[in-house]
Amino acid sequence: MQRRDFLKVTLAGPALGRLPPEGEAHSRQEEAPTRLVVDLTVNGLAQRVEVDARATLLDTLRHRLGLTGTKKGCDHGQCGACTVLIGGRRVLSCLTLVAAVRKPATTIEGLEKEGVLHPVQQAFIDQDALQCGYCTPGQILSAIACIEEGHAETRAAIQEYMSGNLCRCAAYPHIFAAIEQARPLMLKG
Amino acid sequence: MRAFAYIRADSTDSALRGMGSPTQPDRLNPQVQYLAGGTLLLDLMKLEVLSPHQVIDINGLESEYGRIELTEGGLHLGALVRMSQAADDARVRRDYPVIAQSLAQAASAQIRNMASLGGNLLQRTRCTYFRDTSWQGCNKRQPGSGCAALNGPNRQHAVLGVSDQCISTYPGDFAQSLVALGATVETVGPTGRRSVDLEALYRDAQQPELETNLLPGELITGIRVPAGPWTRNSAYLKIRDRVSYEFALASAAVALDLSEGRVREARIALGGVSYRPWRAREAESVLKGQPLTQANATAAARAAFATARPRAQNAFKVELGQRTLVRALLQVAGQTS
Repeated sequence: MQRRDFLKVTLAGPALGRLPPEGEAHSRQEEAPTRLVVDLTVNGLAQRVEVDARATLLDTLRHRLGLTGTKKGCDHGQCGACTVLIGGRRVLSCLTLVAAVRKPATTIEGLEKEGVLHPVQQAFIDQDALQCGYCTPGQILSAIACIEEGHAETRAAIQEYMSGNLCRCAAYPHIFAAIEQARPLMLKG
Repeated sequence: MRAFAYIRADSTDSALRGMGSPTQPDRLNPQVQYLAGGTLLLDLMKLEVLSPHQVIDINGLESEYGRIELTEGGLHLGALVRMSQAADDARVRRDYPVIAQSLAQAASAQIRNMASLGGNLLQRTRCTYFRDTSWQGCNKRQPGSGCAALNGPNRQHAVLGVSDQCISTYPGDFAQSLVALGATVETVGPTGRRSVDLEALYRDAQQPELETNLLPGELITGIRVPAGPWTRNSAYLKIRDRVSYEFALASAAVALDLSEGRVREARIALGGVSYRPWRAREAESVLKGQPLTQANATAAARAAFATARPRAQNAFKVELGQRTLVRALLQVAGQTS
C-alpha cells in the first residue's frame, strides 16, 4: 500500500460536519452542492469527471485524475506551485474552476515524450535547480511558457517573468541558469 | 468555500438572464457573481469574504468583449482582454506606455494570463482585516462594525481619500493609468447599456461597503481611452517592498504634453497611497504652463499630498509618494525632451 492510498483510506471515515459559522453578516440559506459533469483534455487524453461546482482544476488533477505532480502550495494564487498550461498559456490551477476550463491542459506528467525529458526538465537536473522539489513542477511549466512567450531573452527578463513562482529553498540562480540552458534547445526543437 | 450553482453564459443576454434582478442590499455581498479570470473571486470565495449562490461564467463572451482596437479617437479595450494581452500589445506599448507598464508591473505572469481587464478594475483591497473574516472590525466587509486598521498594523494603508470608516488602499495599478488618461467604462446591465467615467465609478470612503457606482447586476464590457498628445509621453512608476510580484507602496501614472520645455497639460494619478484610484488634479494645475524642473515637480508632488492623513505606521507614504511622483515626472520629461 502506498502512502497516498493509506491516506485515502484513513480520511474516508465519517465525514466531519461543517460547523455553522457564527455572527454571519448576511444570513442566508446554504446552497446545496451542485454536481457537474466536466469534459477535459489533460496531457492529450480526454477525461470526463463528475465534480462539485466548487472543484478547482488543481484538486481535480490531484484527487480525481491521480495527477499529483501539480502541487498545492498556498491555494490562493500567491506561490505558483500549482502552475499548469491551459491552451499553452501558464495559469494557476488553484484559482481555476475545473468547470470553467475550455482548452486542453498540460501538467508536469505530460512533458516527457517516449522516455525523453523535456529540455526544461533536463536543464533543471543538469543545473541542480531544486532542493526540496516542491515548487519544481510549477517552476518547469512556468519556465516553458516564459521561454515560449519570448520573456526569457535576458537574465533580467527571466527574473521578472518568473517572479510568480516562489522557491522557499531559494534555488533561484540555478533555476535561471536552467532556463538559459533550455531556451536555445526549445527554440531549435 | 460555500456551495454555489455554476452556469456558463454564451451571450450577453444569457449572462444578464442568469443575473436576474438583483436588489440594492445585494451589493454588499452579491448572491450572483460574474466569473472571468477568477483570480480575485476564487480567492475571496475560499476566504468566505464572498459567498455567492450562483456564479455566471462569462468567459464564453470573449469573442464579443476580447478585442483591443486602436483608432484615431483612442484605444478600446474589451473587458475580457487578459492583462498579459494588453501588456504585450505592441500598439498599446507604443501609444499608451503608461497602460502597458501598469499592467506589466502588476501581479505575476500567470495571474496576468488569467485576469480580465474588467475584473482588474474591480479588485478588492488587500487590507488584512477585510480579507480575514475572523476579525470583527471591518466596515467594508460588515457595515458598522468599525475599522480595526485605524489603530492596528496599518503600514500598507492609504493616506489620501481616507475616512474614519476605512483607510484601506486600492491595490491595483491599471486603473491609475486609466484614470490619469480620463478613460470611461462601458457597461451592460438589467436596465441597458451605459458609459461611465472611470474615476467617478469609484466611490469615496464614507460608505466603504459600497466601492463602486456600478448598478446591481451590471457588467463591465469595455474600456475607452481617449487619444491625446500626452498618451505617448507617459509612464507608470511603481515602488514596492520587493521589485516584482508585489503591490505598490506608492505609484504614479504620469502623462505629459510638453511644448518647448513647458507643460501644456499634465495627467497624473497615484496608487498605493489612496483609498481609490487617485487623480492628482492639484499637482496637474501646479505644473500647467511651467517648465518641468525638479523644483516644479517637487511643488506639484507637495500639492498632491497636501490633504494626506497618515496613521501611525504609514506616514512614510507621504514622503515616498511625493518622491515617486517627482521621479516619474522627471523620467517622462527626460524621455520626451
